[in-house]
Amino acid sequence: MEKIKEYSVPMAERIARLKDDIFSVKPRIESARATLLTESYRETEAEPIVMRRAKAFAHILANLPIKIFDDELVVGSATVSHRASQIFPEFCVSWIEGEFETLPTREADPFDIDAPTKAAIREANAYFRGKTTSDLALSYMSPEARLAMEHNIFTPGNFLYNGIGHVSVHYDWILAEGFNGIRRRVEAELAACHQGDPDYCRKSCLLQAMLLSCDAIIGYANRYADLAEKTAASCHDSRRRAELMQIAANCRRVPADGARSFYEACQSFWFVQLVLQIESNGHSISPGRFDQYMYPYYKADADAGRITPEAAQELIDCVWLKLNDLNKCRDAASAKGFAGYGMFQNLIVGGQDEEGQDVTNLLSFMCLEASRHILLPQPSLSIRIWNGTPDALLLKAAEVTRTGIGLPAYYNDEVIIPALMSRGLTLADARMYNIIGCVEPQRWGKTDGWHDAAFFNMCRPLELVFTNGVDRGVQIGPRTGELQELDTFEKFYDAYKRQQSYFIELMVNADNAIDFAHATRCPLPFLSTMVEDCIGRGKTVQEGGAIYNFTGPQGFGISNNADGLYAIRKLVYEDRTVTLREYAEAIRDNFGKPYPQEMLYTVALQRAEDLRRAGKQVTEADIAGFVKAGMTGTTDKARAERYQKLLDKIQELPKFGNDLEDIDALARDVAYTYTRPLQQYRNPRGGTYHAGLYPVSANVPLGQQTGTTPDGRLAYTPVADGVSPVSGRDVKGPTAAANSVAKLDHGIASNGTLYNMKFHPSALEGREGLVDFASFIRTYFDRKGMHVQFNVVSRETLVDAQKHPENYRTLVVRVAGYSALFTTLSRSLQDDIINRTQQSGNN
Amino acid sequence: MEQTNRSEIRGRIFDIQRYSIHDGPGIRTIVFLKGCILRCRWCCNPESQSYKIETVTIDGKPKVYGRDVTVDEVMEEVMKDAAYYRRSGGGLTLSGGESLCQPDFAVGLLSVAKDYGLTTAMESTGCAPYETIERYLPYLDYYLMDIKHMNSEKHREFTGQPNELILANAQKIARSGQTSLSIRVPVIPTFNATKEEILAIARFADTLPGVKRIHLLPYHRLGRDKYTRLGRPYLLDGIRPPDPSLIESFRAAVEANTHLACQIGG
Repeated sequence: MEKIKEYSVPMAERIARLKDDIFSVKPRIESARATLLTESYRETEAEPIVMRRAKAFAHILANLPIKIFDDELVVGSATVSHRASQIFPEFCVSWIEGEFETLPTREADPFDIDAPTKAAIREANAYFRGKTTSDLALSYMSPEARLAMEHNIFTPGNFLYNGIGHVSVHYDWILAEGFNGIRRRVEAELAACHQGDPDYCRKSCLLQAMLLSCDAIIGYANRYADLAEKTAASCHDSRRRAELMQIAANCRRVPADGARSFYEACQSFWFVQLVLQIESNGHSISPGRFDQYMYPYYKADADAGRITPEAAQELIDCVWLKLNDLNKCRDAASAKGFAGYGMFQNLIVGGQDEEGQDVTNLLSFMCLEASRHILLPQPSLSIRIWNGTPDALLLKAAEVTRTGIGLPAYYNDEVIIPALMSRGLTLADARMYNIIGCVEPQRWGKTDGWHDAAFFNMCRPLELVFTNGVDRGVQIGPRTGELQELDTFEKFYDAYKRQQSYFIELMVNADNAIDFAHATRCPLPFLSTMVEDCIGRGKTVQEGGAIYNFTGPQGFGISNNADGLYAIRKLVYEDRTVTLREYAEAIRDNFGKPYPQEMLYTVALQRAEDLRRAGKQVTEADIAGFVKAGMTGTTDKARAERYQKLLDKIQELPKFGNDLEDIDALARDVAYTYTRPLQQYRNPRGGTYHAGLYPVSANVPLGQQTGTTPDGRLAYTPVADGVSPVSGRDVKGPTAAANSVAKLDHGIASNGTLYNMKFHPSALEGREGLVDFASFIRTYFDRKGMHVQFNVVSRETLVDAQKHPENYRTLVVRVAGYSALFTTLSRSLQDDIINRTQQSGNN
Repeated sequence: MEQTNRSEIRGRIFDIQRYSIHDGPGIRTIVFLKGCILRCRWCCNPESQSYKIETVTIDGKPKVYGRDVTVDEVMEEVMKDAAYYRRSGGGLTLSGGESLCQPDFAVGLLSVAKDYGLTTAMESTGCAPYETIERYLPYLDYYLMDIKHMNSEKHREFTGQPNELILANAQKIARSGQTSLSIRVPVIPTFNATKEEILAIARFADTLPGVKRIHLLPYHRLGRDKYTRLGRPYLLDGIRPPDPSLIESFRAAVEANTHLACQIGG
């Protein structure tokens, strides 16, 4: 492999124009796909579902309006307006009509929608009502699981309302042989099927559906070729005319057949990436190891003198912009959890090959350079780091981090490879891993990982210990003991573990119901052509066609629970300065502090319910009194003082994130209370469950559904994100914080862990700043950290952006496992990012 | 036996800061020793000056400046970042206060740090008998020495001490060849923020064998509130930090008139 010391090329002028264009309009909803889907579904009701899916897919691709935007070199758009979203009624129809009016004005991810579009969506919804994956999944779930969801213990909303996504396909197959090549594979498999085979009907039907899907995408590309030719014919600018003719030639060739040039490879890649997101709206369709599968095409062109690095860079920049032009409209609650129009198309550079050798190449640098050029959230750029990663690549990555866009995210091969092997991957497959979505590792082209399967709020089961399993007057959890029975810390901790394990099982119940519903109602034959070994097994991805199958729901709230359990152990059981009952009272009363305005009524009702359960009469006046008390905080002076004293004591105690043995060990164990019970469960695709420890951005909205916690966190405020310490409590600098985080067992959380850090720009100044920063990352990884990502924007900048959003239209920040435009985030999420502990090098 | 004794030496510190990246190579931990012989008017750590343990009130809560610790206790904290030093070539930095005021403790820290393979650095005024300084040098990789003014009278006025001993020590340290010496100049308006005064220091530094680098550290007011808390007057009130373009012009002048590389900041 060639040695690269440094790489930098200027950005082509075209890229700035294309970027401006993409952000010149407000995202909107388009209905063409929903209408076409419904048309096809109406005509195929008697047919097998997989064939219905393929026919609908073909009908959509044959008729979806297409557009080539000015100046584009790589073409293909799911919508005729920039950053617009199609609608996918087959997954869920229940939310959108109710949200028509608020869509354009909502805080998180607003979309414009016009009257004809609303009418079209209503019509599609009328057909799909009762027939969606969501409807079926809910009917499969146990009542206990649904109750737990209503009480916000966990939420599997992502896959309950949408497609699954979260996959990386064999892009390399399409680049090499095109969909005609896939056709040949499928036909060969079909020829080998015997009519007497037990699975003949299912398998042959799927293979037929796959053939139809291959033809559909080839036809779709040819529509672009036609349009490009037509546009060229009326184009007066000779340079653009030549570009359009080249575009037409590209679209005739790919993705029907193998790419013969880097340019064709870019176009072929894009069609795959785009069309996967027309078939289903599952997000986190991750390009993965782009620098690897694209490299042969670049190398061949470069060796033959057919391409310059500048020209290749311009094409890559174009692909990057296209990745930012895709969009997805979610329901209001999900939009908060995935705020910032997140598409989570994770693309990773560097790392090792199957034999454990470093694979860094010029394209690895070009990918980093592309993100530095366009300064936008997509792709979710990642980098694999191992002991053999060249310093030049790591420093280039640090340089991109220094721009403040929160990219790339850094991943540690030395933890992830063994973690994946512990889940049954071969050594060669584990070494080939890429990242899906936010932080989830898997072997591309062979895995259906169901990453992001649910958010599990670990703070809520701890809350239930104080109420013996009762929430808002309802017994939703097991009875783990009245407070007086919990007379040792071991008993208290055991009660927490029992609450948590109980809800983990319910979450599995919910996830498996959704999983089964997708296999039944929305198998995806097109996607399945590119995932091993769907063709050979004659099963779609949704039915277990992939070689590796997982379900990975993510827990969060470790740091709050660790700090809280530590405080309880110390104050109640060791020092005995406060009784558990007093502690429980303080939590019930939010340490005497006022509640947020919007939660006052909920809190009052809960208090009323508590009294009723105790056999007392509650009047309207009582409830009004509770509301008033919630507004002002505790008015009883002695009580308020007692609460404040307790709060002060809690604040003085050691906290996770400061490199202190005792509390860090407890945090490690708290993480196990989630990761260990989960791994005993299995999913309907024949795979296992494994935990992630990351929150996307849900720690903010789900924090708003979480009462006061024993660490002194007030009710309905954000909980800690991922494995990061609670904001502002890690006060000994970045090395101490990183050491604490590294003490958790990241290997067992093989669905990914997420560590957010914020650095002041001054800490990365100059070459020396970059070198020290790179050493910092390497050391965190030496200590078995799994992932780390950085915001390098000064607090002042973010505060100013809140005040003057118009000046910061394209300011990108790191949210969780992804970056997003700061000004598109909700106010509370913006505040959460501003309040993260900022690390700087001491002077 | 010597090992045990050394690790039990006690000293007085007022802070330990990890992830320090502006005071020597790589990622470092600074240990701030309490007590200083100088009283620089601009000092941003006034709590470092007195050897006495001081208690002040911040937001209604008492805060104690200073604690007595053993070499062993300090090194336990320092070694928590050993992995970072190894990756970055970093290590231990002594600052203060003035580390030369607690020679047994400071030399103990430096020598244990060397035993662990760390790089060692010290920010120091150099204001002590040379016999004291000599004890440090075998264990010190980087000596970051302040030279504040070439005029002894002015030096005494603003720091409480004349400069002859400091300048003589600088020459001896440089000639010893035992440590990498670099010179740091706090640039303080009304004291030394003129081209002539800065150049005079730079010319002196240029004569020191082995010295290749000089740092200009612009005055800042971050320590001002601490004076109020300690109930002490802030004698530089009303002075503004120097303009970055002025500092830049000093940097250019130093590089044009000496053989030294001149860097702004630590």
